[in-house]
Amino acid sequence: MEKSQSEIRIILVGIAKNPLGFMGLVIVGAIVFSAIFAAWVVPYDPIEMNIRDRMQGPSWSHLLGTDQLGRDTFSRVITGGQVALKVALPAVFGAMAIGLTLGMVAGYGPKWLDNFLMLLFDTIRSFPTVMFALAVVALVGPSLQTVVLVVMATSIPTYGRVARTQTLTLRNSEFILAERSMGASMARILGVHMLPNIIGVLAVLAAMDIPTVIALEAGLSFLGLGVKPPTPSWGALLKDGYALVRQTPWLVIGGGLPIIIATLGFTFLGESLRDVVDPKLRKNQ
Amino acid sequence: MLIFTLKRFALAALILFVAVTLMFLMIRAVPGDPVQIMLGPRATPELQARLTAELALDQPIFRQLIIFYGNMLQGDLGTDVFSGRAVTQIVFQQLPFTLELIFGSIIWSAALGIFLGAYAASYPNTLIDRMVAIVSVSFVAAPAFVVALLSLLLFAVHLRWFPAIGAGNGFWDRMDHLVLPSFAIGLSWVGYIARLVRASMLEVLGEHHIRTARAFGLAERRIVMVYALRIAILPVVTVIGVGMGFLLSSAVFAEIVFARPGLGKLVIDSITTRNYPIVMGSVLVSTGLFVVSTALADLVNAWLDPRARSAK
Repeated sequence: MEKSQSEIRIILVGIAKNPLGFMGLVIVGAIVFSAIFAAWVVPYDPIEMNIRDRMQGPSWSHLLGTDQLGRDTFSRVITGGQVALKVALPAVFGAMAIGLTLGMVAGYGPKWLDNFLMLLFDTIRSFPTVMFALAVVALVGPSLQTVVLVVMATSIPTYGRVARTQTLTLRNSEFILAERSMGASMARILGVHMLPNIIGVLAVLAAMDIPTVIALEAGLSFLGLGVKPPTPSWGALLKDGYALVRQTPWLVIGGGLPIIIATLGFTFLGESLRDVVDPKLRKNQ
Repeated sequence: MLIFTLKRFALAALILFVAVTLMFLMIRAVPGDPVQIMLGPRATPELQARLTAELALDQPIFRQLIIFYGNMLQGDLGTDVFSGRAVTQIVFQQLPFTLELIFGSIIWSAALGIFLGAYAASYPNTLIDRMVAIVSVSFVAAPAFVVALLSLLLFAVHLRWFPAIGAGNGFWDRMDHLVLPSFAIGLSWVGYIARLVRASMLEVLGEHHIRTARAFGLAERRIVMVYALRIAILPVVTVIGVGMGFLLSSAVFAEIVFARPGLGKLVIDSITTRNYPIVMGSVLVSTGLFVVSTALADLVNAWLDPRARSAK
C-alpha cells in the first residue's frame, strides 16, 4: 500500500513539474471540486425558473446571465460539470475494465478467440461513433444510461486492442514463462503478473479519452438525444443557446467554454501523465 | 500487392457483413413491435399489416436476415414509411452535401497542418515550434460542434461575415456557405496533422538521403519541401482514412448547427419523426463509407511503403 502511495506521489509531482501538466491538474481539480460541491457552490437553484428575470445579460447577480426560463446560467454550468463527470467517469472506467479483460484474453488465449475478438473490435470501430450513438438512441430512447452504454460500447475496442498488443509483447517474456512453468493458472498470470504491466498505458489512454466522452455527451444532449431536460448538461445549455443565439449569446458561450476548458484540462493532464508513465509512447503520437 | 489488396478488401467485406448483422439484430432485439414503433400509435391496422409483410416480420428471424441481405445487395434498403420513396434514393440525395463538407474540411486543415508541422520540424525547440505545439494541442481539444456554435455566434450572427444557414446555390454561394462549417470541422485536424507531420518530419530529416542532399549543398528549404516532406506526409494519409468516421461524426453536428442538408441532418430529422428505415439506411451507408476509406488508406499506405504490406 505504502509503495503505491509513493508511486502516485511521484506521478503527481512529475505531472506538476510540466507547466501544461500543472495547468491540467488545476483545471481538472477545479472541475472535480465544483462538481462534488456543486450544491454549495452555485448561487441559485439550477432548475428553478424565474420568468421575470429571463434572458438577462451578465451582471453581478447573474455572472453569465439567465436563460429563456430565467434560470441562472452560471449555476447551470457548474451543475452541468457534475453531469459531464457522471457520464464520463463510469463510461471510461467501464470501457477500460472490459476492454482490458477482453484484450488480455485475446492476447493470451487461444488463436480462434483472438481472431473472433479482433473481428468484433474492428466491427464496432467501423461504425462512425456519432452515427452509432444516434442509431442506438433512436431505438432505445435518450437517457443518461444510454449515453454511458453507447460510449462504453464504442470505446471498448480501443482499450482492447492496446491491451492485446501489450499482452502479446509480454506473453513470451521470461517472468511469464517462469510463472507458466510453475503451473500458474491463466487468471493468475493475467491478473497478478500481466495487469500491472499494462495498466499504466491504459490509464493514459483513459485520461485522454475523458474529454472525447464529455464532448460526445454534450453533443448528444445538444441534439436533444442525451440527458433529458431540465437536467443542466453543458450540451443542453448549448441547445437552448442555439435556439436563442440572436437574443442571448451568453448561453452559447456559457455552455461552450466549459467544454473547451474541460477538454483542454484533461488533454494536458493525459499528455503529461503519458510522459511520466511511459516517455516512449510519445513517439507514437 | 495484389494479394494484399484482395485480403484487405475481403476483411473490409467481412467487417461490413458483421456490422450489418449486428445492426439488424439490434433493431430486432428492441422490445416492442417494430411496426408499432415505426408507425406510431395512430396507424391503421391495414397499414400495420402492409408494413409487417413488407419488412418480412412474419417470417423467422434467420429468413428475415437473408431477405434483408438479398435486398441490400440489390441496393434496396427499404422504403420510407411516409413518402413511399426508396431509402437508398433519399440517402444518396443527401450524401453529396456531406461529402462536400468533409472534403472541404480536410483539404484546408491538411494543407495548413502539413505546413505548420513541416515548419515546426525545421526549427525544432524554437519559440515558433513551441507555439505550434501549444496551439495544436489546444485545437485538438476543441470539439467540432462547440467550435461550430461559437463560430456561428461570432462570424455569422455577430459579425455577419458568412451566412448562418443552408448550403447555398451556385458555385461561389456554395463555397461561401461551406466556410464556417468546414472551419469548425477542420480546426481540430490542423493541430493533429501538424503534430503528426512534425514528428515524422523530424525522423525523416535524420535519414541518410537528407544528409546526402545537405552534403550536395542543396538549399534547406528545397530539402525540407521536396525531399523530406513527400515521405513525412505518409502518416497523414492513414490518419485521414481512419479519421473518416470522426469526420462523419463531426459533419452531423456541423449540419445541424448550420442547418445544412446532408446525412447528419437527415438522420436527426428521421429520429424526430421516428422514421427508422431512413435512420438505419443512413447509418449503414456512412458505416460502409468508413470501412471503405479505412481499407483504401491501408492500401495507399502499403503502396507507398512496402513494409506495411507484411505487417498485417
